[in-house]
Formats: sequence, C-alpha cells, structure tokens
Amino acid sequence: MGTNAAGVVFIVSMVLALALTYRPLGDHMARVYTSRKHLRVERGIYRLVGVDPDAEQRWVVYARSVLAFSLVSILFLYLFQRVQNHLLLALGFPAVKPALAWNTAISFTTNTNWQAYSGESTMGHLVQMAGLGVQNFVSAAVGIAVVIALVRGFARKNTDQLGNFWVDLVRTIVRILLPICVLMAIVLIAGGAIQNFHGNRSVTTLTGGSQSITGGPVASQEAIKELGTNGGGFYNANSAHPFENPTTWTNWLEIYLLLAIGFSLPRTFGKMVGSTRQGLAIVAVMAVLALGSLGANEAFQALHHGTVPTAVGAAREGTETRFGVPDSALFATGTTLTSTGAVDSFHDSYTSLGGATLLFNMMLGEVAPGGTGSGLYGMLVLAVVTVFVAGLMIGRTPEYLGKKIGSREIKFASLYFLTTPTIVLVGTGVAMALPGERAGMLNSGAHGLSEVLYAFTSAGNNNGSAFAGITVNTDWYNTALGLAMAFGRFLPMIFVLGLAGSLARQQPVPATAGTLPTHRPQFAGMLVGVTVIIVALTYFPALALGPLAEGLH
Amino acid sequence: MSTTTMAQAPAPAPNPPAAPRRVSGGLLDPKMLWRSTPDALRKLDPRTLWHNPVMFIVEVGAVFTTVLAIRDESAFAWLIVVWLWLTVLFANLAEAVAEGRGKAQADALRRTKTDTVARRLASWQPGQTVDPALVEPVPAPRLAQGDLVVVEAGEFIPGDGDVVEGIASVDESAITGESAPVIRESGGDRSSVTGGTRVLSDQIIVRITQKPGESFIDRMIALVEGANRQKTPNEIALNILLSALTIIFLLAVATLQPLAIFSKAQLPGVPDTEALNGDGVTGIVMVSLLVCLIPTTIGALLSAIGIAGMDRLVQRNVLAMSGRAVEAAGDVNTLLLDKTGTITIGNREARAFIPVGGTSEQRLASAAQLSSLADETPEGRSIVVHAKSTYGLRERGPGELLHARFVPFTAQTRMSGVDLDAYGGDPARLVRKGAASAVINWARELGGVIPADLGETVDGISASGGTPLVVAESVEGTARVLGVIQLKDIVKSGMRERFDEMRRMGIRTVMITGDNPLTARSIAEEAGVDDFLAEATPEDKMALIKREQAGGKLVAMTGDGTNDAPALAQADVGVAMNTGTSAAKEAGNMVDLDSNPTKLIEIVEIGKQLLITRGALTTFSIANDIAKYFAIIPAMFAAIYPGLDKLNIMRLHSPESAILSAVIFNALVIVALIPLALRGVRYTPSSAAAMLRRNLYIYGVGGLVIPFIGIKLIDLVIQFIPGAR
Repeated sequence: MGTNAAGVVFIVSMVLALALTYRPLGDHMARVYTSRKHLRVERGIYRLVGVDPDAEQRWVVYARSVLAFSLVSILFLYLFQRVQNHLLLALGFPAVKPALAWNTAISFTTNTNWQAYSGESTMGHLVQMAGLGVQNFVSAAVGIAVVIALVRGFARKNTDQLGNFWVDLVRTIVRILLPICVLMAIVLIAGGAIQNFHGNRSVTTLTGGSQSITGGPVASQEAIKELGTNGGGFYNANSAHPFENPTTWTNWLEIYLLLAIGFSLPRTFGKMVGSTRQGLAIVAVMAVLALGSLGANEAFQALHHGTVPTAVGAAREGTETRFGVPDSALFATGTTLTSTGAVDSFHDSYTSLGGATLLFNMMLGEVAPGGTGSGLYGMLVLAVVTVFVAGLMIGRTPEYLGKKIGSREIKFASLYFLTTPTIVLVGTGVAMALPGERAGMLNSGAHGLSEVLYAFTSAGNNNGSAFAGITVNTDWYNTALGLAMAFGRFLPMIFVLGLAGSLARQQPVPATAGTLPTHRPQFAGMLVGVTVIIVALTYFPALALGPLAEGLH
Repeated sequence: MSTTTMAQAPAPAPNPPAAPRRVSGGLLDPKMLWRSTPDALRKLDPRTLWHNPVMFIVEVGAVFTTVLAIRDESAFAWLIVVWLWLTVLFANLAEAVAEGRGKAQADALRRTKTDTVARRLASWQPGQTVDPALVEPVPAPRLAQGDLVVVEAGEFIPGDGDVVEGIASVDESAITGESAPVIRESGGDRSSVTGGTRVLSDQIIVRITQKPGESFIDRMIALVEGANRQKTPNEIALNILLSALTIIFLLAVATLQPLAIFSKAQLPGVPDTEALNGDGVTGIVMVSLLVCLIPTTIGALLSAIGIAGMDRLVQRNVLAMSGRAVEAAGDVNTLLLDKTGTITIGNREARAFIPVGGTSEQRLASAAQLSSLADETPEGRSIVVHAKSTYGLRERGPGELLHARFVPFTAQTRMSGVDLDAYGGDPARLVRKGAASAVINWARELGGVIPADLGETVDGISASGGTPLVVAESVEGTARVLGVIQLKDIVKSGMRERFDEMRRMGIRTVMITGDNPLTARSIAEEAGVDDFLAEATPEDKMALIKREQAGGKLVAMTGDGTNDAPALAQADVGVAMNTGTSAAKEAGNMVDLDSNPTKLIEIVEIGKQLLITRGALTTFSIANDIAKYFAIIPAMFAAIYPGLDKLNIMRLHSPESAILSAVIFNALVIVALIPLALRGVRYTPSSAAAMLRRNLYIYGVGGLVIPFIGIKLIDLVIQFIPGAR
C-alpha cells in the first residue's frame, strides 16, 4: 500500500470512528449532566470541598466558581514548580524559574499547554503527575462545564440557575475523563508507550548510538493529553517522541482521542435542548470546516512550497518517517483545530501555505471541533451571531432555539469574538514593535513574522502548539504569552456564562413557519460562511505579511 | 364592537394577492438630495456624529488625512481626503433625506395648529343649554384637562377631547387627509374629537382630555419629525455588533503597522511607495484601508432605514407611537382580527327567504318586506332589496300604508315589524320579524302553532354561518309562523389568500366575533382564519391575549371602543382606530387614521421589511470587504512581496488607483443604496427559509461580487487622473 493510499485509509477510518462515537459518547455526556444521582465517590468529594451538590448557581456565581478554582490551580501549580527541588521524584532538577513557572502554570490551567521548556529536562515526575497531569484533567473539565452551562441556558426557561460548577466539574472527571483515560492508557502501553518512574536511562538508539533518555509515567499522561485537548507533552518532542507515540496505530488513536469529545459534544447539546437535529447541524458545520482545512493542508503539503520544503525538495522535513506526510497533516490539522497543540511533526517545517492553514485553524477560534467544551461554546456563539444576521434578513427579531437574540445577547457574543483577535493582534503587533523581542526570532522576513504570529495565535486561542524557530523562554515572552493565555481563556468564559444567564431567563418563543430553521443545510452553510469570513477579514492583513507573502510566488 | 366609519368610503379591498404583493414606500426625489445637503453638512458636527460610531471613525480619519495631506501634499492624498469627506457627507445625506420627508409632513401639520381661541364654559350641567353669559374666551394652549368648551359650525376644535353633548359633522382632513366629513357625537364609540379639526355643522360641547402641549397633533409632529426617536431594541443590538466589527478592523489595521515596518526593514533595497515607506504604511493608506473595512455602508444607512420605516407607516396613515412597536409588529405570532369590517364587509344582508309550514315563498317575501319597510338598519334595507330583486316586490312608500303603525326594534322585544289596521276588506294584520326565540314566543302567546320544520331551518341557517330572522304574522288574532329570513355575512374577497400568506409567514390569525360559535365557525372556515373567538366579550379578548403571551407569543390587535382599551394596552401591537374613543387611542401603540382594520396586515409587513432591510445591508456591507482586501492589500505590499500581486485579481492599474477605487466605491455605494434604504428591500410574504435564501443570494453573494466589478470599473476610469496613475 502506497503512502497516499495508506493516508486515505487512515483518514477515512478516522471519520468513520468519530461518526460511530458521536451518538454513544454524546448521549452518555447528556446523561451525566442531566442525572440527579450522585455517585458515592462524588458525594465524598463534595463533602470534602464543602459544597451542596443540589444547590444551583446563577451565572455570576458559576463564573466566580470557575475563576476561583482556576486561580487556585494557577497558584498551586506555580508554587509546585518553584519548590520541586525539595520534593520527591524531582530527578535532581532545580526549581523552575519564576517567569517560566508562571507561564507553565497558566498554560496548563487554561488548557493551552504551551510549553516554553523541555519536559524531560525541566520537570520532575511529581510535578508532571500531580501538577501538570491533574491540570490536564481539570482544565478540560472546566471547559466542558462552561459549555454545559451555556447549553442549559438554551434548554431552560424563566430561571437564573445554570447548574452547579462543582458538580459539573467532578462529574466530568469521574464519569467521563477518568474511565476513558484509564482504558486508553492501557491501550497505549500495549502499543509501546512507556509507563514507569525511571530517571535517566541509557538507550541504544535505532542508528546504534547511545542516548540518555528520561523514563516516566508517559502513557497515563498521554491519554488525557489528547482526550482533554491539552497537548502538553511529557517530552519536548511531544507526540513525535517514540515513548509517547510509538506506532502508526497509536498515532491514529491519539488523533481520535483529541477529536472524540469535541465532535460528540454537539450531540450532548442536541439532547439537552431537546432536538438532536440542532446538534447534527452544529457537528456538520464543524466537520465541513475540519475536512476543508484538512483538504487544504494535505494539498499544500503535497505542493510543497516554503522555506524548508524548497530547500529539502519535499515537505518531509520535520515529519516523523514512522508517520509520513498525510498522517502528519491529519495530526497537525486535528491538533490545531482542537486547541490541543500536541504535535507529531514540526509545524515550522510545513509549507508556507500548509502552515497558514494551521494558523487559520487556530484563528477560527478553535471551533471545529475545538477544545473540550470551549470548541462548542465558541461555535454556539458564532451561531448566535449568524442567527442574528439571518434573523434580521427574514424580518424577525432573531431567535435561536426559541431564545431571542437581543442587545444583551449580542453584547456578550460580540465581546466573545472580540477577545481573541485583540489578544493575538495586539500581542503580535507589540512583539514586532519591540526590537529585543524581534531578536528572538531565528528566521528573518515573512517566516519570522509567521513564527511570532503563530505564537500569539496559539496562546490567545489556548492551542499550545508552537511554530518553533523562536526563542520563547524569555521573561518577556513567558509573561506576555502567559497573559495572552489567561485572557484568551477566562474572558471568553465569562462572556459565555453571561450569555447563558441571559438566555436562561427568557421564555422561549414557539417555533412557527416564520421561524428560521437552524437545523437545515442552509443555516449550517451560512454558519460556515460567517465563521470563515469573519476570521479571514480579521486576520487577512497579518496573514498577508506572514505565510501569504512567503507562499505566493 | 363596531368599526363603523361615517361618510368614508368602505375599507378598500386588499390588492389581489395572486400576484406577489410588494410593500414599498415613496420614491426618492433627486431634488430631495440637493435640498438636504445643508442638513447633511450640519450633521458633520462631531457632537452629532458621535451617536453613529462607525461614521464618527470615518470623520476622525478624514480629519487626520486632511492634516497629513496639508503637511505632505500629493494629488493622491488630496483625492483620498476628498472622498473620505464625501463618505461622511453621503451618510449624513442619507439621514437628512429620510428626516426631510418627515419634516415636510410635520410642517403641514404645524400649519393646522392655528392659535384658536376656545370658548370655555365656566359652569355647565349635562342637558343644560349653553348660557352665553357663562362662556369665556381662553387661548387654546391654556386649556386644562377637564375643561368644557363649546364649538360651533365653522370653528376649530381647540384641543383633543370627548364630545359630551351634541352631534356634529367634523372635517378631519388635517389629520387623516380624508376630505369627507365624519360624524362625532356624544356617548358611544364616536365621541372623540381631535384638536385642530373643524366643526362643519351643528354645535357640540367637548370635554378636553389632553394636557397642554400634548395634543394628538403635537405628538404626530414629534413622531414624523423623529424628534424623540429612540433606537429600537434590534437597532441597538445591531449597533453593538457593528461597533464590535469596527473595533476588530481598527485592531487589524492598527496592529498591521509594526508588521509592515518590520517587513519593510527586512528588505532595505525596495524603494518607498505612496503606500509604504520606512515608517510603515502611510497614514493616508492606513485610514483608507480602515474606512473600506469598517461597515460604513450599513453604518451610514442604519438611521435612515429606521426613519424611513416609520415614514412608510405614516404614508399609510398609521401613526406608530414608538419604533419599538413597529419592530414588534414584524415579530407578531398571532393576529386578532375583528370579524366585522376586517374579515367581513360591515353588514349582513338577506340572502334567502325560506318558508316553513307550507307557506308560499311569495307570501313570506311580502311579509318580510312589510316588516322591514321602516327598518333603516342595513339588514332591514337588504331584506327590502332582496324582496325586490328576487321576488319582484315593489318597494312600498310610507304613503301607501296609511293604516300601518311601525313597531321599532327594542332590545327587550328583540323584534320589529308593523301593525296594519283592517282596511278596505283586508283584515287587521300584525307582522313581526326578529330573533327566533322572541318571535316564537310572540306567536305562541297569540295561540299560533309552531311548524315542525322551523327548528330545523333555523339551526341549518345558524350552522351555515348565517343569522336566521323568523317572520310571523297574526291575522285576526291567529298567529302563524311564515318562514325564516337568512342573513349572511359577506366575507371580503381575497381574505383567504391573505390568511394563507400569513400562515406561511408563521402568523396565526384569530377572528374575534360576538356571533354564536356555530356562525363564527362557518365564517372562520369560509375566510380561512386559523381560529376564532365566538361570543367574545372584552374580558375574553383580554384572556386570549394573556394566554398567547404566556406561551411566548406576540399578539397584535385592532380596536376602537373604550372597552377595547385594556386589551389594546396588553397587546404587543395595539392599533387603535382613529374613529375610536380617546381611551382606545391612548391605550394602543399605533393609531390608524383611516380606521381600516385590514391595515394590521400591512403594518406587520412594514415591520418585517424594516428588519430585513437592516439585515440585508449589514450582510452586503460585510461581504463587500473581501473585494476591498483584494484591491488594497496587494497595493500596499506587492512592492516588498511581489508574490502578493497574485491577489490583485482585478488587475487594477496601479497601487494608487487601486486604493482610490476602493475608497470611491465605498463612498458611492452609500449614495447608490439610499433609495433602497428609504424604500426598504423587496418583501414578499414567504417562508423563512425561502426568504433567507433569496436575501442571501442578493445581498450576500451580490455583496461579494458587485464590489469586484464596481472597483474595476472605477479603476478603469480613474487611471487617467493624475495622482492615481
């Protein structure tokens, strides 16, 4: 079987597997968030933390809980790294420097998992497991909790209660993430990923040389890294490292895991609002965007234009020979479309336009299917904006799922879609205006500009993948990107919860023949159009001076 | 409840709905553009323009580029400056033209506000004749609420109020534009009079109900002038969205500068251009890009669209008290329509005489005619007409019935008829017609036998939507039921098609009637309404509205009586008839000066059209940006990255001509769309999906394609101008 044919099988089987997961996983999640029963272990946790699991929260309280929890997480993670040399399993590493510790703490709490360090030479096992590993679970769960609150906003009426953040958080971890991760970690170990507590070991490499590599609890970290769209690798090489991602089929599994929840949540949404067709429309929009992006990326990779590919004569540089170009393009597309940021190939080495599609994927705002939870809420906010314009065009006060989209709703939606472009563009602009920060670029010209743009796009959209080619472990970048990640995560969450609050209060309008049908291809097509056009208009000038300048000859 | 209009033409039948109807407004008079220019210039004042954030930014940009052009002169710079100022001016012009149309109407209204001197009655009791000694002259503006004034033929009514005594014909043409006089009388639903209208005959005493300076005409002037125009909910939401888009483009353009400086510095050998030098993108080009990207088209036309929407209502003689009400009209889910006057032509008419108990038709017809000769109600007259046209019975004048005494209808007897004395061989005869139960009782009391087939006939008529009137006579003391007159409502032509349209738009129509459920059902079926409320009392109506609203629906209704006032106030869109009482007019949020209840349907369509126009132009405005990027980005950066010239797919002549063409297109499209903004986009009632498809094709795809063509055409012309060469 040729590489291309294998690539086709790889991709088609992926689409099929996700299609098969859509219903059972989506329905399972809907049950988790609508069930009235608490498991014994959950009750134990609630008692320990001191929350009443049956008390519901208004949007402000829900948002406060999200922020308080995340702030405590950041502080804890920061301190953990700062004192790691005094703790067990530190492997002799010193305390992490303040700017890097801050950056990393925010990065893992915001589900970004931007890594300005090399995991195997910076973090001990305890920090990896009890610090970063735990955040991999909870940051993913926070994203899902927020989208569930938004879905409740659509589903409920005449109430200001959006559910209980602590309950949503605990249930997500206990009933969804943990069971799948335990299973998948075992599968990954079977596939060859390592799981131990070794320190440095000398290993004979494939070429016969000897190399010292750190062992560690990798497989368990790997499962949640993908499932929770985190992307923070145990090793610097991330999923290109054979201990993290040994074979083609583990590569397939990792891509599947990072897409599974994102593509199934629309079903949960449909179930909870009482119309699975609405969920189907949303997942169709995500799928169209994802497949379109994948097609573009594969095509650009095959055409190979760009600094590196032109020099090497193929788009193979920076890709693992174990995986090949088509599979790597799928991984790269998946990881940038989902805010995961794990990589099994080096995006910096992609063709200029191939790299541009990866940038564009993130610029979409991580909505196709996006990060766990964050992808769906991003897409629903875009749906609200689309409904607004479409609703006006049919001569009615716009409504989505029976909820009117008035000035309050549009205010929150507008603030939401203003946030990331502001962070990305201002961050890039400032970095390019400061001579010292420009010096951090290892490439000149348009490619160098793309690297900075990529860094801020990745941080602002909580993706975490890097274009590399830029020295980011400096105080300035650590601080600036840390801020970009924090604002890029928590401001949108506040706006989403605000939107949820004002939706939940409404009495739904009954659907009539005059109501805009939001489950048909017409609306889905318009939503795709609005998403792409808004992003293209926002970033076109920056893209023109970066990858486009490089890629058009 | 009746919606009788005196001395006015009957409500015009709706246009034939077979051909798609089109809601449209007045056309734009090119002279209006010229006349509005001074107003447009006045609106350049930043304190005014501040309320329109998008255009305010354009003005700031225009000022900025003017300074730049003065400091560093070039033909290109000045051309851009001129067109940026024109962009702002065109936006102001759109608003000024829209307001101008209202102003003309307001001026006409103001002329009617002559300074009348009222004749106030110091003391007066109902029934008392007016004592000239107690009349004192008071200037109309100084009248207080509750004052009583006397108005005679030829005088202007000094303020809004209710007639408390007398009856008069009043010329209301100043308000309604209808020259035929109307009757105003004390009591009932036709007691309200409007200040500024003229009494043509007789004398009335009016109790003033308005507060000084808050007359109906004052409110009308304020409304058509848009003096206290407030942004409607959807307008506010759209403004937020447009502001957000503006901020995004502001960011995209502002943050481009460091990127441009960096890119230019990387390639030191490239010569400076008009667009890009060592300091980055020049201010002129930066502002040009920004102005082209921010949604200026919709930003410029948004307020004009709103004003024109209200204006379109005024042209149809509907006064909306707020823009909010007009918008709500577009959202209405349920229309409550009064049967009489809206669905059916005001009056019922006789359709058939059905004899019972073996009476001949001719005999029944003769009796029916006799009983109705003195009956001046429309029903009574229709019986006489039917007898003549179908049975050839000549109308008998009063002189021919010297020995007849007419018995008028009363609410107690629920019968009318005639008593004939024995004369010239004919025996004495009593003829009665009326409600079945009343006439049957009368016949029984006079010893008559009720024919077996009567009940069946009466029920049959009721079930078919008719009203049965039973005719009986008593000859020499022996009563006998002759038969039944079938009265029937006449459903207006074209109503069924209109209701079908409404259904497709997702609007449910409910017919309100005082008839019994059987009759109501039959008419409802004939007219094609979705539902009906029979034997409706004001309380029932109110309950129905509340029930619909509890389900999240928006309800519209018309009304004119005082007892409609609570329902009018409760409904989301309450249209009061101008003929109605002042309580009704006060309670509703719209007044129909023509008092035509069918207009509710048009109001809904205008409300929808208003929103569609906003949505369509927003889509158009955003879709335009794509072409502008393809014009401006290569013009800015192709000098340093020649590959970017591939984006110049329009093959524009030069970087300068490309940027200038985009700016000119951006300004001209505003002027080109002013007529559309004032007229509203085409609206044909259809399903949501069909409407969206149509508007997406025209304004979305059209908005994508048109600027590519427009910019190219402008470029073809201006490439010969120095400065763009």
